[in-house]
Amino acid sequence: MAKLITNLNGLKLKNPILTASGTFGYGLEFEDFIDLNSLGGFIVKGTTLNHREGNPYPRMAETASGMLNAVGLQNKGVDYFIKNIYPKIKNFSTNILVNVSGSTIEDYVLTAEKINELDNIPGIELNISCPNVKEGGMTFGTNSKSASEVISAVRKVYKKHLMVKLTPNVTSIKDIAKAAEGAGADSVSLINTLLGMSVDAKIRKPELSTITGGLSGPCIKPIALRMVWEVAHAINIPTVGLGGIMNATDAIEFLLVGASAIQIGTANFIDPTVTTKVIKGINKYLNENNFSDVSEIIGLI
Amino acid sequence: MKKIIDFIVKQNNRINKDVFLLELFSKEFTDLEPGQFVNVKVDNSKNAFLRRPISVHDVNKEKHLLYLLIKIVGEGTAKLSELQEDDLLNIILPLGNSFTIHKDGKCLLVGGGVGIAPLYHLSKALYINGLKPDILIGMRSKEDLILAEKFSKYANLYYTTEDGSYGEKGYPTNHSILKNKYDHIQCCGPLPMMKAIANYAYKNKIDCEVSLENMMACGIGACLCCVNDTKEGHKCVCTDGPIFNINTLKWQN
Repeated sequence: MAKLITNLNGLKLKNPILTASGTFGYGLEFEDFIDLNSLGGFIVKGTTLNHREGNPYPRMAETASGMLNAVGLQNKGVDYFIKNIYPKIKNFSTNILVNVSGSTIEDYVLTAEKINELDNIPGIELNISCPNVKEGGMTFGTNSKSASEVISAVRKVYKKHLMVKLTPNVTSIKDIAKAAEGAGADSVSLINTLLGMSVDAKIRKPELSTITGGLSGPCIKPIALRMVWEVAHAINIPTVGLGGIMNATDAIEFLLVGASAIQIGTANFIDPTVTTKVIKGINKYLNENNFSDVSEIIGLI
Repeated sequence: MKKIIDFIVKQNNRINKDVFLLELFSKEFTDLEPGQFVNVKVDNSKNAFLRRPISVHDVNKEKHLLYLLIKIVGEGTAKLSELQEDDLLNIILPLGNSFTIHKDGKCLLVGGGVGIAPLYHLSKALYINGLKPDILIGMRSKEDLILAEKFSKYANLYYTTEDGSYGEKGYPTNHSILKNKYDHIQCCGPLPMMKAIANYAYKNKIDCEVSLENMMACGIGACLCCVNDTKEGHKCVCTDGPIFNINTLKWQN
């Protein structure tokens, strides 16, 4: 049995497998299928200061080896989360991170402050990369200055692990990652979805109500791998890799290019047990290749 | 409790040029309620990336058999139509809520196209309660007529066709049977048809349930893609539905 314990800049994971925000609900949706305690952690649905209804239907389109979504951060707000969801999930013995999003810097700060008070939430994932909201979201994450501003402001009030989720919809993701590091992030996660579009030629209309949406799934994996490789070699805080991971081999590829941990997203929709299969698969790979600790393969490329 | 089960394909029968009926077996499988659905994995398809949500056509509890009536509408369902005896089919179930199984009153079921699929399971359940329902089926033409003999055991059948080749000419909302007084309507079919039937039910103050089939990615309430706009805001068709009472929807003209 190889050692899978991962230390993410102070955040201890029993293995490097997390689930991506927006693909795993609040974890409870997957309880029938897997033991949530077996995960390194899970990242709950994007949470904002106030209730959001999200975008109108249709907000999903299937694509070759992937899907577009334009959910638009539908959630009932941070207070609802604290009152109604947190009590149901706080006793799992895994790391539960809350993905925090907002339209203004103040939104991010107020939401992070509230989450900071929750004893059993060891970290947040700051979402400066959602492509499906009109204000905020990705617009913060597409230039170094605005990224620094929001991260620094949150850093002042948020005392635990601060992971920052980066968007691939930029010219140089390395520069944004460096800005995140400079502003006090404890780790970065990448990539969020790629801005895309889908058209129904039969009716000559876009398939999404918002016209554009975020592309995820195995079709984006080569781009995600390239970006994780670039970022992991450019910064000194850990990189968490995600984008199209469907199985253990995909996850191992991300670890090899420098990810200290990985997130599984869209694959949860097709196989709700994929996370446990990936954990087993990584362990098998390490044993078969005579590695005793997962850290030995991180960044070999 | 939701499960992921590998079913064995026992039979794949073509019903007409684009509808087929799968008979699936698994010892692990016990039961599903009328109106619930299952999420079926499609293998070896480049473009059908996600599972396909399919309503439950029939169940044989004792023999652990599940029946799915599927229309070929794209690459995913075309792949499923190629399944052969002894192939395995990976399915997540049970998903969603179910139709109300009424215990009294006069029941009308309305189906359009392959939307008749879940109405078979429902009519059997109503029949067991001693309420043989009327079923009104809307089709394009006589060529779309399927499974009439099977349905007639549990329900009284009425038809409309758009070209007048079978039953009454027109749409289900034009059928003379609607002059009868019904206490409950339960409906599954294309959205414009369900909205027209809902409108009829609103006007005549008849209790009415519809089965929605919004595009979904997960089927278990995680992705929030399949939402429908209701009087209480966005609700997931996969977990709050697929069956909705029309009084919860914003469909009234």
